[in-house]
Amino acid sequence: MKRFLTPLAVLTTVFALTACSAGSLGSSEGDGDGVTLSFLVDNSETAAKVGAGLAKDFSAQNPGITVKVETRPQGTEGDNLIKTRLSTGDMSDVFEYNSGSLLQAIAPAKNLVAVDDQSYAGQLDDNFKTSVTSDGKLYGVPFGGFMSGAILYNKAVFAKNGLQVPKTWAEFMANNTKLKAAGVAPVIQTYQETWTSQLFVLGDFHNVAAAEPDFATNYTKNQAKYATSPAAVKGFQRLQQVHDAGFLNKDFASAKLDDGVRELATGAGAQYPILSSTIAQLAATYPDKVKDIGLYAIPGDDAATNGLTVWAPPAVYIPASTSGAKLDAAKKFLAFIASPQGCTSQANAYPPTGPFAVKGCTLPADVPQAVKDMQTYIDTPGASSLALEFLSPVKGPSLEQICVEVGSGIRKADAGAELYDEDVKKQAQQLGLAGW
Amino acid sequence: MKSPYPRWFYLPAALVYAVLFVVPTFASFYFSLTRWTIFESHFIGLDNFVTFFQEPALVKGFVNTLIYGIVTSGLKVVLGLGLAVLLTGRIAARGYLRSVVFFPVLVSTIGVGLTFTVLMNPERGLINQALGTVGVDGPGWLTDPAYALLSVALVDVWKGVGLATLIFIAGIVSIPQEYFEAARTDGASAWDMFRNITLPLARPATVTVVILSLIGGLRSFDLIWAMTRGGPGFTSDVVASVIYKQYQAGFAGLSTAGNVVLFVIVTAIVLPLSRFLNRKEVEL
Repeated sequence: MKRFLTPLAVLTTVFALTACSAGSLGSSEGDGDGVTLSFLVDNSETAAKVGAGLAKDFSAQNPGITVKVETRPQGTEGDNLIKTRLSTGDMSDVFEYNSGSLLQAIAPAKNLVAVDDQSYAGQLDDNFKTSVTSDGKLYGVPFGGFMSGAILYNKAVFAKNGLQVPKTWAEFMANNTKLKAAGVAPVIQTYQETWTSQLFVLGDFHNVAAAEPDFATNYTKNQAKYATSPAAVKGFQRLQQVHDAGFLNKDFASAKLDDGVRELATGAGAQYPILSSTIAQLAATYPDKVKDIGLYAIPGDDAATNGLTVWAPPAVYIPASTSGAKLDAAKKFLAFIASPQGCTSQANAYPPTGPFAVKGCTLPADVPQAVKDMQTYIDTPGASSLALEFLSPVKGPSLEQICVEVGSGIRKADAGAELYDEDVKKQAQQLGLAGW
Repeated sequence: MKSPYPRWFYLPAALVYAVLFVVPTFASFYFSLTRWTIFESHFIGLDNFVTFFQEPALVKGFVNTLIYGIVTSGLKVVLGLGLAVLLTGRIAARGYLRSVVFFPVLVSTIGVGLTFTVLMNPERGLINQALGTVGVDGPGWLTDPAYALLSVALVDVWKGVGLATLIFIAGIVSIPQEYFEAARTDGASAWDMFRNITLPLARPATVTVVILSLIGGLRSFDLIWAMTRGGPGFTSDVVASVIYKQYQAGFAGLSTAGNVVLFVIVTAIVLPLSRFLNRKEVEL
């Protein structure tokens, strides 16, 4: 037995040693005052450019510190990667990740460095702060600006067909009938990129909250459900309605985000329910068409309470594995991002598509029309609310697939809502919430 | 009988086996009984299995896995045998043709998946454009719920039939020529010879192909993930992709439970099948 145990002990030690050295490869600690920070952002064009811009401007101000930008996949694959790297203590020195419910899923108290004590904490927008706070502690600074889940529409097509921006679902559907008769695809959907399917449900939350103000709180407590709340289930029903009425673009099942942007810009399709940040991509690809594109909130039942559902920007966090000189440098970097200079740096790197979440930061005057439309909603009291994922940690991972099914006529709306209620149960149990 | 090796001789292999296979296997049995967030785990008994079996996508996944396994395995046997008979015959450029059939096996699965996704695009893909020129309105191969799984299965067959063919060629070549000569002297037709000589004597090859392709089909994941990600919706989900999605969502305990279930199912199907097919072989 002893003969067997000794080599095992040796082997274990070897494993432990290799694990250590792999983690510290590529670090430049100890060579004078030079510190290199690795900065992980998602691989979208926006994030990569904004990340690079921040890195460049920050290094210029702080000659001793170099920031190296790394990228990761988006979506669930990215979530997976972030969780794995955090759990193995192998995370980059600073990283960008979602705020809201996805932040709660990476156990911030255990894996992140809290930044309450930093001077900029008071300078952050309150809605944003809510979405990066866990158990009363603040964990991140905003990366980019607010977004909204809304309908981007082609104003030229609307003008040609004599249409007005709809405030209720009935007006929306009446517009669609006219557009279809005119040979334009009334609603663009791009189900080959599954996340784009969720806007009729997630972007409807302002309307849900207007009808049922306690929905988010009760939802967290397992007392409100999508399938049984008359206001919430409408998102699924409307997703089904636009499909059943034949209002979708012909290639909705095989189209990707790029195709959707092209159809909207060229006027082949009139309206695209999507995140407002997509306007940046449209501006980059079709600079001469961006003036034709406007934005309006997803219509509900009541024109008086109709408003915009807003997404807090993702945030930059410091993982608990960052220490020593790197931690100091990382804190400086976060302070830079949360300053007006940081906003300017981001705006220069990539045209901003929504208001910044730092007090004292303003948008440039030449932002696209759609961003101005969004600002109008945000400036009007009561005309915007945060999306559900920032008010409740409960969000199911399969909503996008369910929405694709409901939106392609594979599954009925009510069955889809019930399925989603089952889906969120796993997440709530995983988070250890009371009442599940 | 005394072993020819001293005990320490086994130790390196035994250590590798224990650390990389035995420990993870038993660890996974334990973690399948916990709610595991990667960061921490709580013991919750059999709840994961209950949740997993209530997973609505799972029923669909099981049916799809079976369809996928049977369709790919069946087609590989039929096509592989046909191609093997052709490629062992006296035809021109036989060596070249044999390589061509085998080439897809060598290509990366993800590469094949992405290529066929482009080819099968309903509006701009080459396949439907080609069909369009002869007046056929091709379906949405990967976007129509009725066809998505079968389209992926066909690509799997295209990619894997080379290996089946190779095994069949080896089986057919090993049949002594004397049988064919004797049959020919007795006036047997080509079909008689295939039915009564090639088919029964190539049985070991058939067994190998059936088992290999069935196991491959039942645990198939990479091609499906590259082409449809289980979509549209959940319509082409198989057990492995359902498990992967749970893992992606951070439900590590739940997905481990799924893997234990998959392990049990594959064993339950393949072990009796392998016994059955091999017994027949001995009886012959």
